[in-house]
Amino acid sequence: MSAYGTATPSGSTGASTVTRAEYCVVACAEAWRNAGEVLASPMGTVPTIGARLARLTFSPELLLTDGEALLMADVPAVGQRPDAVEGWLPFRQHLALTATGRRHVMMGASQIDRHGNQNISCIGPWERPTRQLLGVRGAPVNTLNNPTSYWVPRHSSRVFVDRVDMVSGVGHDRAAEAGPSAMRYHRIPEVISNLGVFDFETPDRTMRLRSLHPGVSVQQVTEATGFALVVPEEVPYTRQPTDVELRLIREVVDPKGLREREVPA
Amino acid sequence: MTQDRDQDRGQDRSTKIMTAEEVAGRIESGMTVGIGGWGSRRKPMALVRALLRSDVTDLTVVSYGGPDVGLLAAAGKIRKLVAAFATLDSVPLEPHFTAARQRGDFEFVELDEAMFMWGLTAGAHRLPFMPVRAGLGSDVLRVNPSLRTVTSPYEDGEELVAAKALRLDAALVHLNRADPYGNGQYLGPDPYFDDLFCEAAEQAYVSCEQVVETADLLKEHGPQTLLVKRLFVHGVVETPHGAHFTSCAPDHDRDEAFQRAYVAAARDPEAWPAFRERFLSGDEAAYQAAVAAFHQEQSAKKGDAA
Repeated sequence: MSAYGTATPSGSTGASTVTRAEYCVVACAEAWRNAGEVLASPMGTVPTIGARLARLTFSPELLLTDGEALLMADVPAVGQRPDAVEGWLPFRQHLALTATGRRHVMMGASQIDRHGNQNISCIGPWERPTRQLLGVRGAPVNTLNNPTSYWVPRHSSRVFVDRVDMVSGVGHDRAAEAGPSAMRYHRIPEVISNLGVFDFETPDRTMRLRSLHPGVSVQQVTEATGFALVVPEEVPYTRQPTDVELRLIREVVDPKGLREREVPA
Repeated sequence: MTQDRDQDRGQDRSTKIMTAEEVAGRIESGMTVGIGGWGSRRKPMALVRALLRSDVTDLTVVSYGGPDVGLLAAAGKIRKLVAAFATLDSVPLEPHFTAARQRGDFEFVELDEAMFMWGLTAGAHRLPFMPVRAGLGSDVLRVNPSLRTVTSPYEDGEELVAAKALRLDAALVHLNRADPYGNGQYLGPDPYFDDLFCEAAEQAYVSCEQVVETADLLKEHGPQTLLVKRLFVHGVVETPHGAHFTSCAPDHDRDEAFQRAYVAAARDPEAWPAFRERFLSGDEAAYQAAVAAFHQEQSAKKGDAA
């Protein structure tokens, strides 16, 4: 399982050919840099590709599941079964693992606010929603126990809202209100969207634009965000994938190009 | 020697074999019923279908929800749902569940996945609650005003959520194999929480792909596959494809084509009555026959297209 397919001659994949989806993959992978020997739990296609890329490159100690109960010893393409398995993680152990903190999850968000409160439960009044979604799932346990980042494939003011309808994943303000037990292991490292990367490295722990994906303007981001985003004087661009990373994304982890369906060019 | 021992062991014990109808007959209106599996994975669907055919109603359903929740909700059987989600896995939203919530059809106790697990554990251990960090700061506490926190009696003094025990009148689970006495065996990658559901229940019913002799349980599999112990089990039902259309690895995968047809019908109030009539108006044998006919139709269509 060490063959990475046919090697592309280096230099043939210039920055101009890097798609938005590929910038997103690299941005997601970066969330697991220096994560240590923990379980990476990506939800969504691009985070899954990103976690596998991180494991194949700068975070080889990460643990990855097959989406069911097995920990993969190798890194197959998305949708493929591993050739080798290194461990067993059924749902009951996965839920218990959150409490150990040895996990960094990247969840989706139907709504997220400036404090990092996330909603995947329902839209409208909880008592009788206008749109019932998944339910809170494991967002409450995740956010209070292990680092929780978010992935939003379509950045819009319907997702980045002033106030979420049902706090599923706990944000900084709500964790502080709930007290020391809630804050003890609470950490929201990053929010990644199809437009950029965001964090909470501000004095009041509200959302800040950390980097723009190349081709995106600050105005585009602020217009698609339903709250006042902290925008530093200078905003860097999300880093480019290296040639090796591009080859891994295109030929090894996602040869079918599923990333382009989640984030169309 | 082995034979003698088997005879000694089995002699005075009656089997717990029953039909899905008999299981449904044990469920009374108003009961709290836990349903095993997870999402669209190894759900005791034949037992759920038997409940659909019965006149039982006003159920409190406790489930890591999938089409079990959807079908019972669509049939108006649920008075209260205790769940962290309802999903079909490969299709994220369970259409009957979302529609029922949007109509306000039942009371909803929306819990976090881990709170649910520890609540079920408390139920099995006959404890009033288990302390968990999950829930603090989230709206799970807002929408469940009866949930309380508890303060650690030790020097840390931490304030945690007291995940309330989930105690069940009855549990329904589907496993790969069982013996006639209620020893249940799973052969797939994940036990889900089926043993816990059985332990938290006054009565537990195990349906399975195949009933085998006790001595055959470990012929090809390790002892850790024996998930459910007979001392918690009140009935065993042999229902091949009883988890259909959810997955029951390694016996069968999820029936994705059928699940897609279910979703299409469930999303369309005009189409649902025809689907219900075709698949859910008869007994389990009629259901399985209708599914077989559905697949014949599908492959005929494919043949035409090619």
